[in-house]
Amino acid sequence: MESHEEKPIIYTMENKPIVTCAGDQNLFTGLYGLLSQQLPREPMEWRRSYGRAPKMIHLEANFVQFKEELLPKEGNKALLTFPFLHIYWTDCCDTETYKASVKEDMQRWQGALRLHGSTDWLVVVVESDGKKKNKTNILPRTSILDKIRNDFCNKQSDRCVALLDPLKDSSRSQESWNSFLTKLRTLLLMSFTKNLGRFEDDMRTLREKRTEPGWSFCDYFMVQEELAFVFEMLQQYEDALVQYDELDALFTQYVLNFGAGDGANWLGSFCQPVRAWSGLLLRRPIDMEKREVIQRGEASLLDLRSYLFSRQCTLLIFLQRPWEVTQRALDLLHTCVQELRLLEVSVLQGALDCWVFLSCLEVLHRIEGCCDRSQLEANFSHTVGLWTYATEKLKSLGYMCGLVSENGPSSEELNRTVDLLAGLGTEKPETVNSLQSPYKKLKEALSSVEAFEKHYLELSHAALEMYRAIGRLRSGRLVGKSLAEFYMRKGDPQMAQTFLQDALKSYTAEGWSLPITHTRKQIAECQKQLQKTEDYLQTSALLASDANLSDEERKHFCQEILTFASQASEGKALLLHRPELDKDMTAFAQLRELQFHPSAATVHIGAALQLELRLCSLMPVPVHLEQLVCTVHYSEIRPAPAGSQRRPALSPDGTVTFPATSPSRGAAPGPAAPALELQEIQDRSPSDNALNSTGVVCKNVHLLMRINDNPASLDPPSAAASAITVEDGAEMLKANDVTLLPGNNSIVFSAPAGSYTLRQLCATVGQVQFVLPHIYPIVQYDVYSQDPQLTVEPLTESLLAGLPQRVKFTILTGNYTVKKGDALQLSNSDSMPILHSSACSACILTNQVGEASVSIQSSEKVTSISLPQTPPYHTLEFQLEVLCHIPSAPARAESERLTNGEVRHRPKNRTRYNSGMASIDQKVSVDCPWSIYSTLISLTFYTPFKAQHSLLSAGKRKYIQVCLRNVSDTNFRLANQTLADHQCTPSLQLLSLNAKTHQLVYSKQCVYSLWEVKWATEPPSCLQCVFTASFSPADAPDTALKPYRYEFQIERVTTLYSVKAEIQPAVGEQHCHAGALCRLEVSITRVMDPSEAEREDEEYTESEGLRTTKLMYEVVDNSSNWAVCGKSSGLVSMPVAAMATHKVQMEVMPLFAGKLPFPSIKVSKYLAHSAPPTTQPEADSCLENDNLSLLDKGLEDQGDTASLRSRGSVHSLGSGEQQQRGPPMPRLESFSPGQVFNCSMARQVLVLPSTDDHVLEVNVT
Amino acid sequence: MAVCVAVIAKENYPLYIRSVPTQNELKFHYTVHTSLDVVEEKVSAVGKALPDQRELYLGLLYPTEDYKVYGYVTNSKVKFVIVVDSSNTSLRDNEIRSMFRKLHSSFTDVMCNPFYNPGDTIQSKSFDSIVSAMMVQSS
Repeated sequence: MESHEEKPIIYTMENKPIVTCAGDQNLFTGLYGLLSQQLPREPMEWRRSYGRAPKMIHLEANFVQFKEELLPKEGNKALLTFPFLHIYWTDCCDTETYKASVKEDMQRWQGALRLHGSTDWLVVVVESDGKKKNKTNILPRTSILDKIRNDFCNKQSDRCVALLDPLKDSSRSQESWNSFLTKLRTLLLMSFTKNLGRFEDDMRTLREKRTEPGWSFCDYFMVQEELAFVFEMLQQYEDALVQYDELDALFTQYVLNFGAGDGANWLGSFCQPVRAWSGLLLRRPIDMEKREVIQRGEASLLDLRSYLFSRQCTLLIFLQRPWEVTQRALDLLHTCVQELRLLEVSVLQGALDCWVFLSCLEVLHRIEGCCDRSQLEANFSHTVGLWTYATEKLKSLGYMCGLVSENGPSSEELNRTVDLLAGLGTEKPETVNSLQSPYKKLKEALSSVEAFEKHYLELSHAALEMYRAIGRLRSGRLVGKSLAEFYMRKGDPQMAQTFLQDALKSYTAEGWSLPITHTRKQIAECQKQLQKTEDYLQTSALLASDANLSDEERKHFCQEILTFASQASEGKALLLHRPELDKDMTAFAQLRELQFHPSAATVHIGAALQLELRLCSLMPVPVHLEQLVCTVHYSEIRPAPAGSQRRPALSPDGTVTFPATSPSRGAAPGPAAPALELQEIQDRSPSDNALNSTGVVCKNVHLLMRINDNPASLDPPSAAASAITVEDGAEMLKANDVTLLPGNNSIVFSAPAGSYTLRQLCATVGQVQFVLPHIYPIVQYDVYSQDPQLTVEPLTESLLAGLPQRVKFTILTGNYTVKKGDALQLSNSDSMPILHSSACSACILTNQVGEASVSIQSSEKVTSISLPQTPPYHTLEFQLEVLCHIPSAPARAESERLTNGEVRHRPKNRTRYNSGMASIDQKVSVDCPWSIYSTLISLTFYTPFKAQHSLLSAGKRKYIQVCLRNVSDTNFRLANQTLADHQCTPSLQLLSLNAKTHQLVYSKQCVYSLWEVKWATEPPSCLQCVFTASFSPADAPDTALKPYRYEFQIERVTTLYSVKAEIQPAVGEQHCHAGALCRLEVSITRVMDPSEAEREDEEYTESEGLRTTKLMYEVVDNSSNWAVCGKSSGLVSMPVAAMATHKVQMEVMPLFAGKLPFPSIKVSKYLAHSAPPTTQPEADSCLENDNLSLLDKGLEDQGDTASLRSRGSVHSLGSGEQQQRGPPMPRLESFSPGQVFNCSMARQVLVLPSTDDHVLEVNVT
Repeated sequence: MAVCVAVIAKENYPLYIRSVPTQNELKFHYTVHTSLDVVEEKVSAVGKALPDQRELYLGLLYPTEDYKVYGYVTNSKVKFVIVVDSSNTSLRDNEIRSMFRKLHSSFTDVMCNPFYNPGDTIQSKSFDSIVSAMMVQSS
């Protein structure tokens, strides 16, 4: 009763264990309320037989008045009506009454009990104080109790209890009440144990007899269910459920055995044709109708199963396990369907569907009835199976009854519907009032097409929602597909398509090829109906290439494409290109391989670069392509180095293999993202090819980035397919009228000039284009054009001037074909003639070497070299001998200033030779047949020699020395050195003092030659000399001698002054002594009369009628051998007359002993300030002024030249010589080397050590 | 006994799927694919347990009217799915387990083959024959 109030939804049985009450009914009635209330209050431990775990149990009882009919008759197995305890109530308290009536009554009661073998009884003696007070204590209080005990309970004294004043609220009565209840409970449990145990034993015995022929499952069912009832009555639902599960298993086993051929007779009744399919009924605790049918042994399999399940369901709900109900329900439905099939029970077509549908909904309703919404939502995973099952069944019913077709049901289908509805029977009274009952739903759904659609969609969407909610997307897709089929049947391809596309997406994402094919076929149907031509074409292409389909199907779809293509081209022949008809090529054909001939993928423009595409056609039939176009992208400038890393995909034989992709497989199994495509880049400076920077560049960032943008996208291929773009305006390779056979095809393109990257492949079938939007990995090829090139380079390391040198001409013909009669025209230059060589042949190089002759014709201005015929991209090589004349002008050292434009010095940085080697750049202009412009070729020749001359004097005699230095690396033989006067002065004679005619000059060594200059009349003031010699390499024959010329000019040859120094020891000394003063006498003598030129040149001062010139002398001792005492320099006035002598004396002191060289005496011209200013800005003068200022120190004390002294101050004031326009400065001018002859040059004087030297300084070096 | 045996890669694409030729292959593909839902559910539920206690056998994934679908997942998340005819009730759980064990060991052999590229569809003959044995036994 309590449970009713707490959980009103639980449909519990009204049954409670029956306890009979005999004796004083009035007494009992007074106590009844209290008793039935108090009994379940405390739990009792119930110890069980067969090792079952003890349980705490709240006992309840149904107290009924004792009647003999209540006692079970022999053989009656009913447990529910079984009285478990018999109680006799009495409040008799005096012996008389007891003896008179009560005892007799009790004996009768006992007799009845004994008759039925019941030993579970209890006698309750109620004692009240009130009664006691009324009736005086005749007997001790316990006497009646004792008496009863004596009379009835011979051994079981506990079966008689006293209850003290139960209605009073005293502790004593309370105590006695409690002990009574405990006793009651104990006895009840004892009775349960005993009676149930006996019952179970009987039941087992019965079960063991199941192999016997007459055994009936239904009978046994009733027996075991009785037990279940009792457990349920005792609220032992678990145990009750076990009973049903056992029955279930037993039955299942029988069915299986039957299926295996081991039939049991009693199963025959279950094999009767199914006539009713009203579904489960779960709203009653016990479906008595069904139970009675079972009891009668008339139940069909469905009846039995339904009943069994309804009981299980009830118990499970009591046990708060509703989700198990759904689980079991699904199992049950499946089992029933299976079992009916197994037992070959004849069922009206669709009847089971009805039954399953109704049952599913019934279970769901039942579950919904006992759970709140949030619970339901959390357990969609348990209910969704039922929803789906119901949906499937309704769908199949709909198909069966013609409710799905567009035209509505046919009469046959209507008849079937009527039959099915008949089997439903009438609606159960429980659900009559419910608008949403499964019964009403089914009836309505089967009543009309519209209603069916409504219910079907409702169910489907509910299932879809649930799947989505619990993340079972794949199951959801399947429901979606089923919906799509429905929509297709209804003629609504639009709706169907969305579901199919969703499903396709998920199959593609996970790479399930068969479902993909199947779904795609359905989509194709949709698209065809929807007239989505473009999509249909794409799908058809995919299907036509689908290996999962049969050939016929593939051909069908291929034909669809071809038909469309031809239709379109007929109908709209001049229709412009329709981009929406561009289809992804991967479905149509696959690019498997690509091969270049030649393999390097780099050819020059004349040669043929062939590009062979290996296309694997996936079409089942040959397909005629009107055009196959490979779009290429022109790469402007490519990093030039011909490294092999440039084309990573290219194998050595020029083949690029493309990864095979399966259109039906989709992207999931393979790498979805394209691989990183990295390329090394090197930035080199254009001038010297030095590496500026290097790095790695990702060339397909755009692809990678796009994929990263939407990582959630499961379906990159379809996304890409929708966005196929044909690159317009790009250059393309074309092949017309190609027939693609199924399987591998090879198509050859020849490539145009340029560096190209393959971008797209596009096949045109009629109006349909199949496009491969990206060719990956990236493939590039180069067809380059190369202009012919002429290079001229020395054969040796450097070219030497003056000798015939071989020069190699190399012509890279590039794209130019050298024809017969083509010639190079070289402009002749005088300084570099081209030597004719008898054996002049050219090499033509390609892979092998060819020989051809080159003929050379020379005219006055040009040398023409006629070239042999040479095909393009060959190398033509020949050699020419050239000779560069050494310029006769003095070879200039690099420090010299440039004057002549024709002869140039090489820039410093290019010189590999030491600075001693002069170079000559020779330009040759060459007219090439392939160009209207002349090519200017520069050759650099090096002068092998460097000549230097010097004028040597011995008094008045003059000698010219020429030093020829071999600055080259070659050894030379030198012959016929001659020196000639340019002017051919007759009086002049150059006398050779050289002995040998032939001399060897080794590399980096010098040869000196000497001539004496003799003159008859007047010594020449200026000599123009030409040195000539013949030279040849040391190992060459004499005939190879080549001239060498060296021109030079010597001025002021004549000796003007002779300077002589004398050192005299101190007076009275024989020798000079270190540390002692000596006398130095310098005598300067005018040797010559002034010549004509001199008269004009020099500055003379007239003094005392005599023409004098001012000379400055200096005594310079650079080696610190001498200390000049007093004036070391001074001015002398020299008369300009022969033999005029001026002597200067000064004192010097030798600082060391030994043979000391004379201090050198320098004589310079002194030009007074009155000298014409024109000479002043001379650069040299500054230097000389500086020298002078150094000397100032010596001059200072003298003070004889005030102007000199003041010059110093002026110098300090003046900020620069060039600004100095004030008083002109006196200055010194040195003589030319030949003009002053120093007689005492290199003279030495013996100096003795000083006599008083105490310290001898010894330097050891 | 088995009507369909499938090996499904970690990424849920089929590595191997074979069904009895008499029946609609496509249906089994759908069934196996759908069963992945339940596999995922079970794996994620099992995943919460300690890893060494993980049971590879997932048991009955879901019954349909005609078939029972059993699942098994290796430690490397490769799934095995065996579909059994519902009418074949003699099949006990233990037998299914032993089928899965056989399948697993054969699969391990396939993986050990140095010429097998993990992730490719299985074309091993010995694996095929093991599967055949499982399917033949039924009839």
